[in-house]
Amino acid sequence: MSKDITDKNVNATIDANFDGKRRQVLKGIAAAGITGLAASYGMSPAFAAKKVNMGFIYVGPRDDYGYNQAHYEGKTAVAAMDWVKAVDEENVPETIEVVKTMESMINLDGTQILFPTSFGYFDPHILKTAPKYPDVMFLHCGGLWDANKHPKNVGSYFGYIDEPVYVSGIVAGHMSKTGKLGYIAAIPIPQVLRNINNFTMAARSVNPDITTTVIFTGGWANPVKEAEAANAMVDQGIDVLTCHVDSPKVVVETAEKRGVYSCGYHANQMTLAPKGFLTGAEWNWSKVYTDYAEMIKTGKPIPNLVRGGFKEGIVKSSPYGPAVSEKAKKHADEVRGKFTEGSMVVYKGPIKDNAGKTVIPAGKQYTQTDIWLESMDWMVEGVIGTTKS
Amino acid sequence: MIRIFESLFVPIAALLISLLLFAVFVSIAGVNPLEVFYSIYRGAFGSWFSWQNTLVRAAPLMLTALCTALAARIGLIVIGNEGAMVVGGLCAALVGIVLNGLAPFFVITSMVVAGIISGGLWIGIVGALKYYRGVNETISSLLLNYIAIAVLNFLVVGPLRDPATLNKPSSYPIGEANMLGMIGDSSIHWGLIFGLMTCLLMWFLMKRTVFGFSVDITGGNVRAAQISGLPVGRLILTTCFLGGAAAGLAGMLEIAAVQGRANTSLNAGYGYAGILVAFLARHNPLAIIPVAILLGGIRASSGLLQRSHELPDATALVLQGIIFVVILASEAFYGRIKWFKTKEATT
Repeated sequence: MSKDITDKNVNATIDANFDGKRRQVLKGIAAAGITGLAASYGMSPAFAAKKVNMGFIYVGPRDDYGYNQAHYEGKTAVAAMDWVKAVDEENVPETIEVVKTMESMINLDGTQILFPTSFGYFDPHILKTAPKYPDVMFLHCGGLWDANKHPKNVGSYFGYIDEPVYVSGIVAGHMSKTGKLGYIAAIPIPQVLRNINNFTMAARSVNPDITTTVIFTGGWANPVKEAEAANAMVDQGIDVLTCHVDSPKVVVETAEKRGVYSCGYHANQMTLAPKGFLTGAEWNWSKVYTDYAEMIKTGKPIPNLVRGGFKEGIVKSSPYGPAVSEKAKKHADEVRGKFTEGSMVVYKGPIKDNAGKTVIPAGKQYTQTDIWLESMDWMVEGVIGTTKS
Repeated sequence: MIRIFESLFVPIAALLISLLLFAVFVSIAGVNPLEVFYSIYRGAFGSWFSWQNTLVRAAPLMLTALCTALAARIGLIVIGNEGAMVVGGLCAALVGIVLNGLAPFFVITSMVVAGIISGGLWIGIVGALKYYRGVNETISSLLLNYIAIAVLNFLVVGPLRDPATLNKPSSYPIGEANMLGMIGDSSIHWGLIFGLMTCLLMWFLMKRTVFGFSVDITGGNVRAAQISGLPVGRLILTTCFLGGAAAGLAGMLEIAAVQGRANTSLNAGYGYAGILVAFLARHNPLAIIPVAILLGGIRASSGLLQRSHELPDATALVLQGIIFVVILASEAFYGRIKWFKTKEATT
């Protein structure tokens, strides 16, 4: 079978898919026959010229009230535009399976730009697959793209989510009566530590006696341990809980059940704790994904590195819960304003870690984009816990 | 001869019944089942690309399934596949990291040996606890899974951690030169060959040797085996070792062919899926091959189901679950179908 015929058939398939006429797809494919499908393997994605064709891959379920849901919401936003075709897959493990999923999206759906969103997808899976498909762009959430080491059709995007976490810390500082906050975190990696530090410093800017107790669960999705940790913290007199795990559902629900406050993460968890939910740090992937879609539509080059916070609209705070006081709201709005205008510096010396060592001397400061902050391995004074496993 | 027909007829009938039940489920979900079946076929077996997708997913299942299947032949229900795979992968990675820089053939061989021995000893513990102390093997092997995963988590964020891996803590790499790579031009790694060979070897061992026959006798009746003078303890330990070794080899392959370093991705659920494969194959090492390919295919097609029908990923799990239950239930029909009985009587 000649290449032309194959292309035509697949084109018909894709068009029919756009219209949602699945029967037509079946007919088209039946006409092409199995050999046609086999021959279509390795074809360039150029045939989808009219529509922007995007693929999203999540490591967990779409509706986890957390990390994956945040990306799914972003995908839903781009899929709603009539000039975009967006496909997605959930529960894809960080093994060769993600390689197969990416290749399948490229070969069977004609995806031009891929968003494999889990940390573990980057090295080796994206880095090994990208050179085979130079026409496809692979954008990874959170990975550090390095111009000297990594392929040109790979890139990364991420947000300074520690900014809305800081705002949550302000609210938590105002609302806590016992002065004890609790942070349930997955593993002690730089990103997680930065959130814990921001949350603690923000709360201590309201009340310098506040402490944050940290428990690491050892994994991104450990619901049983998360619930145990949440209960243990409430038993200790902690009255505001927050977390950095894939799905904050368990922590927020446990806090509500035990009658304490909670701050959310990744997505909006207000509905899970209508009474005790204060606010939370959320991603705004809809904006990021829409921007990428428009870049492709207008033929602009896609930047390899995208970073941003409140100012760039990549992150946002969840709406305040009913319990939040006017004073807390006012203070939090003020801090958010400073982040948005770019005048807020969190890591300004003197800052000590929780072992008493000065990590940032007086007079020294690290602004948000400083690469030094991306290898953080310490926790700030006021945090109870250790990064040693 | 009639027996072979029966052992083909029952599972195929069970498979058809499960597909029928799945069709009902899909219809309730509001999608035309015929289109879904076509998508499953297209995503799993419809083209060379799909076949590669299926086979690469089937490869680790063949090895992890042996862990449950071999032990089951001697009458033990072992579900420590995930732990043995993790331990095998971890030890293989350790050996690879330490020997990195020496001749690749030597390094890879040492990694294979490390994976086999460590996985084998891991399930060997289960056999020893059972034989010497009477500890329930299902519980002990399940608990050993948690220990293995905890050890892995501890080592990759602690002593083994490569400081360059910031947000995904991982061990140091084993080195590009020591990676197994793909078979020819395909995108299937060498793990498939290891899987097929091991299944064939184990089938031969279990069905065509004195050792295998002794294992079956012990599995059928321990007292009878003891009275007839079989070394029951040695048989249990050896069988458990072989099962664990297969799962350990799966872990080694995951490191050497896919990940290149040890991290939490090693614990991706292949071990647990292997239990399912073993039961569906009725613990026959040869039957494990087609069953692993079938399950690999279902997993491979899950992506297409999500993308073309907007069904959730759980759809593939529902299909897996239905097949599992129906095939287990179908076991009751062996030897009870009149048609086969009468034919046997006439021959």
